[in-house]
Amino acid sequence: MSVAESSGSTGSGAVAPRGMRTGPDRRTIIHAVGIAVFVLLLFFLLPQLTSNYWLQICTQVVVYSVVALGLALLVGRVGMVSLGQIALLAIGGWVALRIGFATDLPFPILMLAAGVITGLLGVIVGLPALRLSGLYLALITLMAAAAISIVLQQTNFPNGGSGFLGYDTAGAGTAALRRPSIASETESFFRYTLVVGGLMFLLAWLHVRGKPGRAWAAIRQSQPAALAGGVNITLYKLWAFALAAFMTGVMGCLLAASGGGLTILQFPTQESISLLAAVFIGGAYGFSGAVVAGVFTKLVPALLDNWDLPPDLLLILFGVGVVQVLLTAPQGLAVQFPKDMANLARLISRPFLKGRSRKAEEAAR
Amino acid sequence: MIAIDELTVQFGGVKPLDAVSLEFPVGTCGLIGPNGAGKTTFFNVLSGFVKPLAGKVVAFDTDLFSMPHYRRARWGLRRTFQTEQAIEELSLYDNVAMVHEHWGESRGSRREDVMGALGFVGLDHLDPRMKVGVLDARDRRLVEIARAVVGKPRLVLLDEPGAGLPDEETEHLAGVIRRIPEHMGALVILVDHDMSLVQNTCSVTAVLDFGRLIASGPTAEVLRNEHVIKAYLGTEEEL
Repeated sequence: MSVAESSGSTGSGAVAPRGMRTGPDRRTIIHAVGIAVFVLLLFFLLPQLTSNYWLQICTQVVVYSVVALGLALLVGRVGMVSLGQIALLAIGGWVALRIGFATDLPFPILMLAAGVITGLLGVIVGLPALRLSGLYLALITLMAAAAISIVLQQTNFPNGGSGFLGYDTAGAGTAALRRPSIASETESFFRYTLVVGGLMFLLAWLHVRGKPGRAWAAIRQSQPAALAGGVNITLYKLWAFALAAFMTGVMGCLLAASGGGLTILQFPTQESISLLAAVFIGGAYGFSGAVVAGVFTKLVPALLDNWDLPPDLLLILFGVGVVQVLLTAPQGLAVQFPKDMANLARLISRPFLKGRSRKAEEAAR
Repeated sequence: MIAIDELTVQFGGVKPLDAVSLEFPVGTCGLIGPNGAGKTTFFNVLSGFVKPLAGKVVAFDTDLFSMPHYRRARWGLRRTFQTEQAIEELSLYDNVAMVHEHWGESRGSRREDVMGALGFVGLDHLDPRMKVGVLDARDRRLVEIARAVVGKPRLVLLDEPGAGLPDEETEHLAGVIRRIPEHMGALVILVDHDMSLVQNTCSVTAVLDFGRLIASGPTAEVLRNEHVIKAYLGTEEEL
């Protein structure tokens, strides 16, 4: 090989100029534009096209997409399973309601506070991940989630009462968090949620593209290689848990303001399991997979309900979906579907293309 | 240079390393021995994956065991693995940058250093944005070595870098390994079963057998040593 000799430079020596292209390529740009158009369409058109009921469902889809994104980061990027994400969502809601009723802090501060406190709790839930992995970690996080649910069942969600718990038994039971003044209506609140959700996706994307993403990829494939590369595995594993929990907590704050308040019934422990299934169906590695998971978790049940189908059908759908995806599309629907569509388009267009090439041949003759 | 003093590792009743004392000068040094001799354990002790029972390792005036494993990497300890560990999901660039950014140096020189390391191992003809998962075995090995030499390595441990490569590719590898000390002033310790690679690259070589040092010195002499030949052929030998 002559290549080695031609550039016998050390780390600080000459640099091969053609290797310098590390900026975004055309496909990335097209991708980004596509996402931007999609989000703008949702932002401007969706509130015009649908009723308030469906808009609320769509707000929930955004919330659960971000929760799914947090889980997808843990599972897909770092290789750690957490079954406690829904419980963390509840924690985010609780913290937001508690601070919201006790103070006059502006909504963004509430979101941040809910995110940070949930993030800290996420680190505690993630501590076992330093020693355990796979099934054991899944079990431990599930237990933690169950414990959180039991506590919240006793304390209820704050509704403006006094004391540390902020729950007033004499009141209506639940009370919604006040919405930000620029997003007091269902339409504007949906847009607000969409923007915050978009920011969370951006935050996750920046992480994955940067130093943490590289460290996570190394940890996921080989912990010895990560260690040998100088990666502080403890720090980056906990960071992943903190980030996922932060995003989830922020969304908990939005959820607390979206409907008529929160009850523990909205956060069944087993929903963390079906969320994981939805993440697998959507694809744990990509970002669009999280959106698919959000749709499966919140929009599909509402549609089933709308069509007078039993909601339990969803669980069967998830079961079949996971098996199907694991067998035929391990990267998830979000990756497989465009491929299938491209194949379909090729199949449909084949007769036309054949005809055209035959004509060309005839013309050449 | 690196000085290993009475290094002992014990797993239950087995001693993969038994009071090994050894010195290597700056340059490329070989560490050979039959399977189970304790070579990989030796690397694992230096990287911090295994805690020694006793002994001391001083490299470039630093006591290695005084640092946790990830700090050793920042200090300049690098290694590759017997089974190649290039990170498939990351691009060529990111694989090397991953090590560079945890090494503690500022961002400013990163691109230059990373591209320099890729050039050093002879991968600069490839697009650095390519995923490592699509590369062949030889190029993945080279990515691993690029990771080991980026920045300012002091001690580079190469665990069978030539395993599974055909001869003509091993030749390129030997060239790269030989140039590491010249260009970076690092001390390279090479573990390999490929004697021609060891002969080609190492000025001095040490031989382990059942966790004990049985010979060390200039490579050619060591390979002619009758204890060494017997150890490789499996004849019983009382020392």
